[in-house]
Amino acid sequence: MRLRDRWRRLVSLLMMTLCGLSVAVALVPLAFILFFVVTRGITALDWNFFTQTPKPHGETGGGMANAMLGTLIISGLGALFAVPIGILAGVFVAEHGRSHLASIVRFSADTLNGVPSIVIGLFVYALVVLPMKEFSALSGGIALGVMMIPIITRTTEELLRLVPASLREGALALGATHGRAVFTVVLPSALPGILTGVMLALARIAGETAPLLFTAFNNHYWSTSLTQPIASLTVQVYTYATSPYDDLHRQAWAGALVLVALVLTCSILARLATRRLERMQAGH
Amino acid sequence: MARPKTSAGDVLFQGGTGLFALFIVIVTVGIAFVLWGRSSLTIAKFGFGFWATDRWDPVSGNFGARTFIWGTLYSSFLALVISTPLALGIAIFLSELCPHRLRQPLAFLTELLAAIPSIVYGLWGIFVLVPAIRALEQALPDWLRATPFFSGPAVGVGMLSAAAVLAIMIVPFSSAVAREVLKAVPAAQREGAYALGATRWEATKIALYYTRVGIVGAVMLGLGRALGETMAVTMVIGNTPQVSASLLAPQYTMAAVIANEFAEATSPLHISALVEIGLVLFTVTLVVNAASRLLIWRMTRRPHERSIVAPLVPEEKSA
Amino acid sequence: MTMNRRLLAAAVTVVLLGGTVAAQKVNITGAGATFPDPIYEKWFSEYNKLHPDVQINYQPNGSGGGVSAITQQTVFFGASDMPMTDDALSKAPGHIFHFPTVLGGVVPIYNIPGVTTELKFTGPLIADIFLGKITKWNDKAIAAVNPGVSLPATDIAVVHRSDGSGTSFIWTDYLSKVSPEWKQKVGANSAVSWPTGLGGAKNDGVAALIKQTPGGFGYVELIYAMQNSIASGPVQNAAGKFVKASLESVTAAAAGAAANMPPDFRVSITNAPGPEAYPISSFTWLLLYENPKDKAQAKTMNEFVKWALSDGQKLCAGLGYAPLPPNVVKLELAQLAKIALQ
Repeated sequence: MRLRDRWRRLVSLLMMTLCGLSVAVALVPLAFILFFVVTRGITALDWNFFTQTPKPHGETGGGMANAMLGTLIISGLGALFAVPIGILAGVFVAEHGRSHLASIVRFSADTLNGVPSIVIGLFVYALVVLPMKEFSALSGGIALGVMMIPIITRTTEELLRLVPASLREGALALGATHGRAVFTVVLPSALPGILTGVMLALARIAGETAPLLFTAFNNHYWSTSLTQPIASLTVQVYTYATSPYDDLHRQAWAGALVLVALVLTCSILARLATRRLERMQAGH
Repeated sequence: MARPKTSAGDVLFQGGTGLFALFIVIVTVGIAFVLWGRSSLTIAKFGFGFWATDRWDPVSGNFGARTFIWGTLYSSFLALVISTPLALGIAIFLSELCPHRLRQPLAFLTELLAAIPSIVYGLWGIFVLVPAIRALEQALPDWLRATPFFSGPAVGVGMLSAAAVLAIMIVPFSSAVAREVLKAVPAAQREGAYALGATRWEATKIALYYTRVGIVGAVMLGLGRALGETMAVTMVIGNTPQVSASLLAPQYTMAAVIANEFAEATSPLHISALVEIGLVLFTVTLVVNAASRLLIWRMTRRPHERSIVAPLVPEEKSA
Repeated sequence: MTMNRRLLAAAVTVVLLGGTVAAQKVNITGAGATFPDPIYEKWFSEYNKLHPDVQINYQPNGSGGGVSAITQQTVFFGASDMPMTDDALSKAPGHIFHFPTVLGGVVPIYNIPGVTTELKFTGPLIADIFLGKITKWNDKAIAAVNPGVSLPATDIAVVHRSDGSGTSFIWTDYLSKVSPEWKQKVGANSAVSWPTGLGGAKNDGVAALIKQTPGGFGYVELIYAMQNSIASGPVQNAAGKFVKASLESVTAAAAGAAANMPPDFRVSITNAPGPEAYPISSFTWLLLYENPKDKAQAKTMNEFVKWALSDGQKLCAGLGYAPLPPNVVKLELAQLAKIALQ
């Protein structure tokens, strides 16, 4: 084996090892953080935690059941708002890649992604909360939805662009209209990746507190009304974590644990769906 | 060849998707508009001087954004420097090298990082990361401490802690998108490279080149997160408005000052100043985006058509 | 089959009826100061047990947040650790009443390795440290107030609040009263331009920073110091005595102020006269409109405030809050009667 080849192989081995190492490096803080949250919160996870509304400091038996429901409702609202807009906008940008409008849209989406969540919260506050003169679950959902849109749009666009042109051209050659070609051939083949994008967007907003403080507010009682303030895990965790009392701190950690578990479950479900889709595609 | 049929369905398709795409532009412009409108007081009072002044005094009504602009740019830049190689490494590992059985669980674990709420990052940061970094800072050799990048007292909270937390937070985003993008490289590209005798790494370089635009997009996604992150940063950065190159110095970012002071600000000038900081952040994000677009444009130009593979695999010297 | 359908119909009817009965609930939203949040939560919960149809929902997003929320009428009541300024009051669409609810104190906390005895502080001393004029723990000025204590040469790491807060207002208000230089250079506000020091986010951010930074010195609400077992020391009051913050000393500060209470209750009781008074104390206020739009909510809120000022005060001590002096309560009930309920 010539020296040059030896060198190339060595470089390859080195780089691949570094790649493996980066996974390890990324997982180290994860282990620390999970350990941190679990050890502090596990003691507060009891049946009451999942079924009761909050109780003031000093009283036992309080929980975050309404906050869990609230998070599901607001995130669901956000997804309902953002997924259609994000995917369709992504389709538009991928189809009209070079046009001026597409460039502007792409640029706007990236800028929107960089806007701090608190500014988006203030924006929705000015546009929805002030006219309604009321904090509401609806405004919270809108704020989170606005944050999700750029992520979904971006990933949809990137993945649609990577679908080989042959697929689309084949559909068009068979006589499909433009729209049909995209929706029945191109989009489905990129669907697993798009689902990942939706998952990422959900993970992003599930942990947000600042925008909700100005929109959904918080609620210590059961509420499913869209026009009333609603509790959420993040705001409740934030309020408890910054309070002076240890029992509330423990509940905050337990809440954080539940939040992570919720997002994880969504992630698992998305992965299962993705694998299903990929298997179906491979079968064709 | 006959043109594809244009029907009502197509009009709906173009119009419908176009409308939704337009919505994004409208929202973004709307935010800029609202920010501009509500910061009129300080725009009138300070003009462009707002960008260049260091002073931030709510009591006397003197405001300037320079320290916060610096803090945001510096922390985001550092976070990118730390996280991009990590994210790429993870993406490469998971899409190329990883044994099949481990792929899903490992991918899952890296995405778990994205699931952790930013408040938890902040609290973990202040209780675990900051003391560790303070110990690290105190252990730095004196000659290093003499350089402007490591000067000042080692308190733990500061630019380094903020950059570290930010990097950890944005790794899952960049790596997830990079991984999806790398997965989509056609097998033909890789197989062609291997057929030509490329090593693992060289074949990977080709895949990276093929997806370079998507990789830049992945990095941009992470950057957007870093620029706007509030909760986690404010707990570990020290919240002191000052411009300093030192990684040890406590500093302040735009998103953090808005989050810290907005809820309590009652004087109209103070509120206007905070909203103007939001406007400045918005503008900074715009500029950073434009710069990356330029980068992508330069990357996708093809002035000279060359074989993609040629520069990456050295020529065989005939014996 | 028919039996099941009948049962289903019955169940649906019960649920619907139950829904209409429950619709008698009164939902009131409020926002504001974080300092009184624990006692307010206790009050709302206890009141809800007595009156299950009253649900009062409070979110502690800060005194300024409470002021702006009530000004914009997105909530029914606000809460603030600092009285609204004339300027802020003029911006509200109607006249707003201030109702003091409880008392609290702000304490200096420190972390000096090797020092276990309690350190004493005077107002001017604290001001000089926060101005950055005194930078080491073994400075002569500190030693003068603490004779016999061996102080190390550690740097003082000043920690203040990075977020605007009523706690900062109380602290800077006190410093403005005891140090003309502070008053002129920095002033009193919920957010100021701190001459020196690190910024911690919220009370627990400050407490955490000080616990971890050798030489740390800062301020937190009394309850945080009590819960966090962090070293804190007595402060010299206007009468010259060194008084440690406690429920009794904070109430003593208010007792002096009760005599000269302005009719709108907007008073600062820092550096209050009286030998037992703790100098860094303050009222916290509920903000209510004189002429609220929603009369049903107004009636309910009135009843609640009456309860809070009487039975509610008994719950204060258990949570570390100082109750109001009775003569102040009497004056408040008179103001409460002015709220237009028709």
